[in-house]
Parts: sequence; structure tokens; C-alpha cells
Amino acid sequence: MKVRVALNVNGESREALVPVHKTLLEVLREDLGLTGTKHGCELGECGTCTVLVDGEPVLSCLALPVEIEGAHITTVEGMAEGGRLHPLQQAFVELGAAQCGYCTPGILLTAMALLAERPSPTREEVREALAGNLCRCTGYTKILDAVELAALRMGRQEART
Amino acid sequence: MTKNAFAVIGRPLPKVDAWAKVVGETKYADDLFLPRMAYAKLLRSAHAHARIRSIDTSRARALPGVLAVVTAADLPRVKFGILPVSQDEEALCAEKVRMVGDPVAAVAAVDEETAEQACRLIEVDYEPLVALMSIFDSLAHPETRIHEYGDGPNVHKNVALQFGDVDAAFDAAHLVREDVFFFEGSNHLPMEQHAAVAHWASDGKLTLWSSTQTPHYVHRVLAKVLETPAAHIRVIATPVGGGFGGKTDPFSHEIVACQLSRLTGRPVKITLTREEVFYTHRGRHPVLMWIKTGFTKQGDITGCHLRTWLDGGAYGSYGVASTFYTGVINPVTYKIPVYKFEGARIFTNKPPCGPKRGHGTVQPRFALECQLDKAAEQLGLDPADMRRRIVAEPFTKTANHLTVTTIGLGECIDKAVEASGWRDKRARLRVSAGPAARRSPKKRGLGLACSAYLTGAGTAIYWNDMPHSGVLARADRGGGVTVLCGATDIGQGSDSILAYLTAEVLGIEPKDVHMHPADTSLAPVDLGSYSSRVTLMCGMAAIQAAERLRDAIFAAVARKLEVSPASLVARERKVGVPDDWDKAVSFARAVELGEALHGVLAFPGSYAPPKRAGKYKGGGVGPSPCYSYSACVVELTVDEDTGAVELEHVWIAHDIGRALNPLLVEGQVEGSVYMGIGEALMEEQVFRKTLHKLPSMLDYKSPTTLETPDIHTILVETDDPEGPFGAKEAGQGPLLPVIPAIANAIHHALGIRIDEVPITPDKILKALDLKRAGKPARVGPERLPLLTFKVPLVVESAFGEPADAVVSRPFSS
Repeated sequence: MKVRVALNVNGESREALVPVHKTLLEVLREDLGLTGTKHGCELGECGTCTVLVDGEPVLSCLALPVEIEGAHITTVEGMAEGGRLHPLQQAFVELGAAQCGYCTPGILLTAMALLAERPSPTREEVREALAGNLCRCTGYTKILDAVELAALRMGRQEART
Repeated sequence: MTKNAFAVIGRPLPKVDAWAKVVGETKYADDLFLPRMAYAKLLRSAHAHARIRSIDTSRARALPGVLAVVTAADLPRVKFGILPVSQDEEALCAEKVRMVGDPVAAVAAVDEETAEQACRLIEVDYEPLVALMSIFDSLAHPETRIHEYGDGPNVHKNVALQFGDVDAAFDAAHLVREDVFFFEGSNHLPMEQHAAVAHWASDGKLTLWSSTQTPHYVHRVLAKVLETPAAHIRVIATPVGGGFGGKTDPFSHEIVACQLSRLTGRPVKITLTREEVFYTHRGRHPVLMWIKTGFTKQGDITGCHLRTWLDGGAYGSYGVASTFYTGVINPVTYKIPVYKFEGARIFTNKPPCGPKRGHGTVQPRFALECQLDKAAEQLGLDPADMRRRIVAEPFTKTANHLTVTTIGLGECIDKAVEASGWRDKRARLRVSAGPAARRSPKKRGLGLACSAYLTGAGTAIYWNDMPHSGVLARADRGGGVTVLCGATDIGQGSDSILAYLTAEVLGIEPKDVHMHPADTSLAPVDLGSYSSRVTLMCGMAAIQAAERLRDAIFAAVARKLEVSPASLVARERKVGVPDDWDKAVSFARAVELGEALHGVLAFPGSYAPPKRAGKYKGGGVGPSPCYSYSACVVELTVDEDTGAVELEHVWIAHDIGRALNPLLVEGQVEGSVYMGIGEALMEEQVFRKTLHKLPSMLDYKSPTTLETPDIHTILVETDDPEGPFGAKEAGQGPLLPVIPAIANAIHHALGIRIDEVPITPDKILKALDLKRAGKPARVGPERLPLLTFKVPLVVESAFGEPADAVVSRPFSS
């Protein structure tokens, strides 16, 4: 059975006609053309498919669009504003925190949610927040460094404004 | 050229593809959506070993939405495999399945769900055969043959090499140790599942986009298996979302997608599920090892004899190379005057093993480094001092005829020892732990190990006299330079390295370089992203191409400025004479001048390694232009009550030759350390009866941020004459010492020996029980397979001979 779902994705209103059991991950990738969100395990274990739903990290492989109609969804494509990279994206570029890059979107969004809640997290808090996102390339070191750098820069920017 | 003279090399620049990756623009194979695209699924065997009596696809074909169904009958009956000597795979099994997960049929349908549903409607009538699920099973049942070829019933490969008289070496030793170890298999677990899109167009030409590390080998196999001219096939490797060796074989799903596209006239996509990735495998071989080494009182090695038994799984894959690799690389690290190696790879009814990061060398490295630690203890030597003493001599040959160039291992040991506070902590942790520390169940330990790894295999997978790597550099009138190369960026940064090297030679910025990699129609062949070969081999080819382009441009600018070409330099996007820089012309103008003089400016670069294979059968596996070295110190705690191991710090010093980009090198080192931690403590590809026990990311444990400690990376530069600007590999070698360093640290903490990985809490608790009972506090393999090794090929040891000429190789001028 197909249903019409209305979603707010990266500030845009989008609609799709999809089978009721189609996951948010599949709808984003296949129906809305937002392939920045990746899949790794198909059962909510690896964190690769993480998106933000009303600012909270959600595993899109376990979420159904029909459950979250009307919510604000942020994917990696929605992080940069007006062609300017989000400070997290900029820090990931500068510090080499993305190797193959496949887990990167999910990690960026998880980190974005963390920094919204805790603007100056300790390294241990960053570790805790990212414990549900697997990365096989980096050994996490540069990812942790990049999140800390972004937090520092965002803090400075906050102080200036 | 001195280090300061570099403009691009040595700087911590972002990768050229970093921006696309952080905004989600990078198109991995499964991100491709073509008009009219159909979706494919494979039906896989649920039997580990069975004869196929018949396959009925009629119900599947009748399902609405199904576009095509294929079985072996719909494909040419041609077997394939990555190595010419092991052509034992079928895209779809015809007569027999050899493991759970073997593909028997495939469906293309309008969507994935329909394809899956159709697969369930295919009826296969199997006649089950005895499933052989271990080395011991396979050797005990020669009457059941998994394959009809090989070096004996269920023996894929049996090798024996001897360099010098090991028995005499043991007689001369003060201490001779014999130890037995087991290294469990593990999966690469790339975050991206394998995916491919095939489009057999109406003009009869086929294009395959695939998440592969080896587009050139896939190209060759498609031509063979589909019986179609290679000239009409184009293979494009999409950016790979993690490889680690797992995407280095040509695969059934790639071939089947092509055939389904031919039959349906539509593009066909196939994406493996995570469970399928575990069954596709090609991961670390489980290896049983027996190692006998003689030592003098001072810790010098008098000789070494190693036996390895590899559990190969159901197919050949890279297994012949894997078997040799378990034996040939250890002598590159230390002075081992005489050496004997016997190895065998056994077929079992499990997913095939193949190359995983450190291919075949990780397991014997674990054995040797743990044995060295035991010997040091018996001899009353410090494990770091003992290793420092026996480091191999640079620019010599090993017992097994490998030429070694620069060796930074001594410096690596010194730096890791110093950074970790080894000397102070080793003594303090053991002896002067206070009463509180003694009461706590958490015991602290420090362990060390070293390793070496090749920077690219010296011989190709199929014998030929052509380049291993090719690059085309073409200048455009705007001052950009396009680089075409067959290399695949799997996250290691090969596109970036090629852009940096080209920019360095031409005096432009990496951003001015346009990379077009991994496309068999556009780019010259590179053999693939495996064996840590790309930075060195593609790098050397890129430098040659860029230098030829620069020479052509210099000739034209020299005419214009009326100076000698030799007086010109290229830097800051300009070409000119340093003392008269005001007259320098822009690089874009220089290209115009060059094009006016020569015509189109497009130049090739080619690289093939020096021909240094040992002159004996089997001498082709092991030679490399140069070897990287690593030393690792691990500090950890082990909980005596629970057996839980917590890593506190890892220090790793790596001889990189030269860090072309220190940021990228650190990333490779840190990733290697992380992957070593996983294999040491938790990762295992294990089976319950005939089924994978842990075929999901929920069950298969890998380290998260919480299990991965801070990794302290130290880079040692030795400026190797074989590498591009002196560089060696970084992507695999640093994994090797981590695992034995962890095992040695656990011994330091608790006085127990776990002689097999993964070192799980139950094994630690078992060893502690043995220790309390006054028995040898060791957990490890208790028995070895009964197998007669070949009569060894006896060759004189080349130990200590001077290295063959350096920088003497084909295509170098």
C-alpha cells in the first residue's frame, strides 16, 4: 500500500508517494534524490544513516516517514548554508577526518546535534556522543580532533556575535 | 632537492576530494541512479556443500515486475579467479555449491523488493554433501573433495622453501624456542557494502561502475567470463567507501549485473546486503602457526623455521599469494641468517579468505613478535633493546633473497620507547606498584612489537612486461593539468597524492590539477589499490609524466625568454629564471607557448618495479621496491575479575620514507592501529555449524570511539631512493605490530600468555585460572594439523649480501 508523505527536508517541503513500510533512509535516497545519507548495516547499529529529526540524531534506516510527518529533517546536504561549509564540515576537511567519507555524513550530523546541546564538550563527551557511529578508516582520532576544533571555532564566533 | 625546497610535498593539505565528502556529493556506486534502471538480487545457497540437481525458475519468471532470471545455464561456462593459477569461481554455480552464500541464480526486476521476492520463488534441488568446516576436517576427509585441483585432496597450495641450514643454526643457539599460535580470521567490514551498476548499451558496449579496488582486473575478468571483447568493455571504479582488501577480487555480483543488463536492455544495479558482505568475505585467513627460532645469549637470531596452515575457505582468491606472504616478509625486519618456511592453504566449505590489510603477514608477525618477547624474558633482556640489536642492515639482502633498501626501524624503536616512557614504566608498573594498585583488580601493562611491510608487490598478478602504473598528464590552455590514472581512491587519498606530486613538479597548486582516476577507457592501467603500491608506483609514474610535460613547457619558455631550459624553474604558477623572476611567464601562458611549439601537451608516465625476484620458484612473492617499518608500544589495563582489556595509549613510530602529506600519513597510521586493535581484541569471522555466527554489525564486534584510545603517531623519514620524493607506504604496515604489542602488554600486566587472537575476556580468565592452579599460564592452540609438507626447495641464504642496484628499473628513462 502506498501513502503520500509530506516531509520538511533541509527547509524544503517535499512529498513522495511511497509504500508505507519504506524507511526514511530509502525515501531520502531513492525518492528525494538525497544520496548523501548512506547505509551500512540495515539494522540500526552502525550510525552511517544518521539524520537529524527536529535536531535529534535519528537512524533513518529504522525510521518510517509516516511517523515523522511534519518534523524538520536535516541531512548532510542541509548542513552548509549559502555555499558556506558548516564549521564541522570545514574542520573535517582541514584535519583529514574523512578518509573514504562513507561514514562522514552520519558522524557530522551526530556531532552537530552534540554541539547544539553542549557547545564545549570534553573529548570524553565527544567520544560518548559518537560511540554509535562506526568508522573503519580513521581510528577516530582525527574525527575527535575535528569536532573539538569546530566547537572551539563556533564558540569564538558565538562570543563575537 | 632539500626538504625546504618543496612547495606542496610535506604540507598538511586537505585531500582534493575532502569537500565533496563532507557535503555528501561524492557518488559511491549505490548512489548512481540511471534512467530505466532495474535492480538485481542473487539467490545464494543455504547449503555449505551440495550438488545442484536442478533449478526451477518458472515461478520467479512469472512474477509481475520480474525482467530476467538467470542461472549458470544463461552464462558462458567459464570459470574465473583473481590469480591465473586459481580459476575456480563461477558467477553462478552450475553443478555444485561449496559454501553457504554461493550464488546459484539471479533476478532483475523493477525494484529490489520484487527481485528479492522472485529469488524466494526459485526452487533449487540440492543433494547435500559432507561439509568440511575446518582445516582438521578437510585433511581428515580426503574422500570428500571441495575442488578437483590443488596440491592434494583439499590442499590448495603446499610450499616449502629453505635458505641455509636451519638445523645447524639451532645447534649453535644458546636458546631454541618452539611456539604455537593461532590467528582467527576477520572481515574487512567496510562501511560501504559492495555495489555495482552495469549498462550494456544498445551499441553492444558494456559499462560497469563498481565499488572495486581493482578495475583493471575486473575489466579482464568480464571480458573472459562474458566472452566479450575487452575493447568493448569499460570499467569505472566509483569512489570506494572502504576497501581494506575486501573489494580486490572480481565478484559474481559484478558479472551477473552485466549479464542481466545484456538480457534486459536496461541498466542494472546490484547492492549487497551486509550479510552478503560477510559471506562474500575475502578477509583475513585463520592461520595456525608453529615457529622455531634459535637465539644467542645476547638475543641474536641464529635461524628461524616457520610452519603455517591457512584455512582458505571455499575458493582460491589470492590464496596462493597469501600462503607465500605468511612466510616471506618476517626476514625483512630482523637479522635472520638462515630461514625455512613451510606453508599450506587448505580448502574448507566457508566463505573464501583473501587479502585484508597486511595480507598474510599479520599472522606470522603476531607469532614472531610474541615469541621474541618470550625469548627476551628467558634471556633476561629488555624486549626493546633486544629488537634494537637485531634490526636488519639497510641495503642488504635477506636470507630469502629480498633486497632491502632504507630501514628506519632502529629510530622507530627509539622514538616509540622514548615517547611512551617505556624504560621507566616497564620497571615501575611491575615492581613498585603501591598497595592500592596491588589490591585493585585492574592491572597495568606495557608491551612492544615491531614490523615491516612491502611498498607494492614487485610482480603483477598476471605475468607481463608492461608498466604496473601509468599516468597521462595533459595541460590545458587555462593552466590546469588533467591527470588520468587507473588508480582507485579508496579513502587512502590516491587522487590527492597524484595531484600533489603533479603540482609539485609543475609549480602549480593541487587545486589546478583535475583528477580522472579509475576508468579503463580514459586512464592508463594501474593494477589496483592493493599491496600498498599506489603512492609509490602511481606516484613515480605521475612524476615522470609531469616532468616530461615540464620539459616541453620549459623548451618553449626558454625560446621565448632566450635563456637555457636548464635555467628555468616552475613555481607559484609561473615559469622563469629565479634571478630574473620579473620576466617569468604565467603557467597558463607557458602552456600556450608549449602548445604552439609542440602541439597538444599530453605526456605519459610509466612505472614498473625493479626486477629483483629471487631466482627460485616462489621468488616472485615478497620483492618490493622498498619496505616500511613500524614500532609500537601499547599501554593497557586488564581487569583480573572480568578479563576486560582497556587500552590507555598506543604510541606508534612509522618509517614512511618521506611524508608526502603528514596529515594523510597520520590518518593511515591511525586507521591501521585501530584495525589492529579490533583484530587483537574482538573481531572474528567464525561459524556455527555451516553458518556465519556473526553476520551483522550488531553481532560482529568492532571498536567504537570508546574502545579506541588516543593514538600517538611519530613519523620517521628515511628518504628512500626507490620512492616518489623518498616516500614509502603507510596504509598497511602500521597495523602489524599493534596486535602482538597488545598480547605482550597483557603478559606484562598479568604474567599470562594468550597465544591466539582475538584475545577475549574468557581466554584471559582461563589463563588466570591456569596460573592460579600452578599450570603454565597460556591459552592457545593445543594441536597442529597432520599434513606432509613438500620436500623443501633448498636455496643458499643470501643474508647480508649487498642489495641489488637501486633505481634500476624499466621505463625509468
